[in-house]
Amino acid sequence: MVRNSLGRLIPESFNGKNVIPFSDPFSLQPKGFRASRPLTRLNPGQKKLLPGLREAIQAAGLKDGMTISTHHHLRNGDALLAQVVREIDALGLRDIRIASSSIHPAHAEIIPFIEKGVISALECGVNGLIGELVSRGELSCPITVRTHGGRARALISGEIPVDVAFIAAPCCDDYGNMNGYYGPSACGSLGYAQVDAQHARTVVAVTDNLVPYPASPVSIPQTMIDYVVRIDTLGDPKKIVSTTTRITTDPVGLQIAKYAAQVIEAAGVLCDGFSFQTGSGGISLAVADNVRTLMRSAGIKGSFGCGGITGYFVDMLEEGLFETLFDVQCFDLKAVDSIGRNRHHLEISADMYANPFNAGAVVNRLDAVILGATEVDVDFNVNVNTESNGYLLHNTGGHSDTAAGARLAIIVAPSIRGRLPIVRDAVTTVTTPGETVDVIVTERGIAVNPRHQGLRGELLRRGLPVKDIRQLQEEIYHITGRPRPLEFEDEVVALIEYRDGSIIDVVRKVKK
Amino acid sequence: MEIRRKVQAGTMQSSDLMVFVEPAEKLIIEIESTVIKQFEHLIRAKVSEVLDRLEVTRAAVRITDRGALDYAIEARLESALRRAATEG
Repeated sequence: MVRNSLGRLIPESFNGKNVIPFSDPFSLQPKGFRASRPLTRLNPGQKKLLPGLREAIQAAGLKDGMTISTHHHLRNGDALLAQVVREIDALGLRDIRIASSSIHPAHAEIIPFIEKGVISALECGVNGLIGELVSRGELSCPITVRTHGGRARALISGEIPVDVAFIAAPCCDDYGNMNGYYGPSACGSLGYAQVDAQHARTVVAVTDNLVPYPASPVSIPQTMIDYVVRIDTLGDPKKIVSTTTRITTDPVGLQIAKYAAQVIEAAGVLCDGFSFQTGSGGISLAVADNVRTLMRSAGIKGSFGCGGITGYFVDMLEEGLFETLFDVQCFDLKAVDSIGRNRHHLEISADMYANPFNAGAVVNRLDAVILGATEVDVDFNVNVNTESNGYLLHNTGGHSDTAAGARLAIIVAPSIRGRLPIVRDAVTTVTTPGETVDVIVTERGIAVNPRHQGLRGELLRRGLPVKDIRQLQEEIYHITGRPRPLEFEDEVVALIEYRDGSIIDVVRKVKK
Repeated sequence: MEIRRKVQAGTMQSSDLMVFVEPAEKLIIEIESTVIKQFEHLIRAKVSEVLDRLEVTRAAVRITDRGALDYAIEARLESALRRAATEG
């Protein structure tokens, strides 16, 4: 075990690979070249269409010990991963690693195949039951949690060589041109899958909507697709929306949102060219609503909105409050509808969105991002991965990527959730390092990272309730009582990888 | 205070709790909570404090807590106990 710069104990290796301990958000330098794919040749008349997933797995040459991937744009509505895993099992393959862009609760279907040894590791984060079982020591499957930008980096650098990528293609022709805009399983952007298409050894397009050649527009081109398979269904796009994508009506949330918008205004970033990202939670959207009002009244024209795109950002684009939307993933069906219709609603890859190891990601150009937290600590570190029971239940998403990139990273969270105080001495799990977190906004007060004394002074001047983070913590503890820390075994069940590939924390088995 | 009948108080909403009280030969306290790992000691202390104050020595008290703060625990438990002490 070694200690990383945040004092977290990290194993020297995990699941057979050496581990780089996290040191700081910006100095780790990449080496080498972008990984690539084997050259191939398809002559006139040769076809790509295969009768089913099983034939595609065979044609791709998948063998024991190899790695597959899928993308999670259909989120909890995705039906492809489970179908692929069933076929892999039917072919008798074992020890397969999954390097999908995310795993959702619906994918609990693959648990029996993990138990059976068909799937032996997850090179990606998880949402839901799989993480809980692994945390309890009831399922043996090493997990490496990656950020969206970090996953792109891992594929592009060749750190995670994907042998076969299965890309759910909602609108696809028999030569593999595809988009996510149209069809019964339309999910909008295919931003995560664009990385797989460029870097997996073999790429299989899977569709439930085979259209006459050419599918148009082309999000992922025929030149990258080896095989095409038609199946009955890719899943249910109605399940893309996993949380409330409505503005909160809770007075606590509304107060937080009001403060957060005032922080953005006070920071001086709210002027022409303003760029902005929020998540899809109720408080985030309420912040967006406040910002929208401020932009309207001051006649400000923003440059771009980014991220997982919601209908809320579509409205702001159509109203002319933003020039452009950069969309790596559509968070609701209104965004799906918009991306096929609005010329300035642009699909971007996870590489362009957030990869730290390229010539500049979009997150670097963000003025402000609004992010959530399960816990924060007095050093401004944020946990979004583990819950109050210590279980790994949530993936990182773009949290650490946008916090690192944006000029102003604001965490919004109620001070108390079900008796649990938001501010701790030390977070259970570090997802995002405090160095990249600028302001924490609760309904009970605003804590400013001591790196930003100027902003702190400006907030005070405007009469906002700025508090030292320890003072805020004590006020909250006075109401909730002091929580006992969770107890864990020594056994490491998951790594929390920072966006640059270093390990910022681990998840240990929870003590019974 | 004598517990005469079986009653309940509270809700299952987040930040609230359900309290079930019924007559028993001795004092039985059972606590389930969404924050048991963090706050069992404080929940138990508050429950004992209320039982002592109302001089309840024989009762079965079952609590299903959804992360209630101390004042809510006190109010729900006292309501249940006073209700249980009246004739049905």
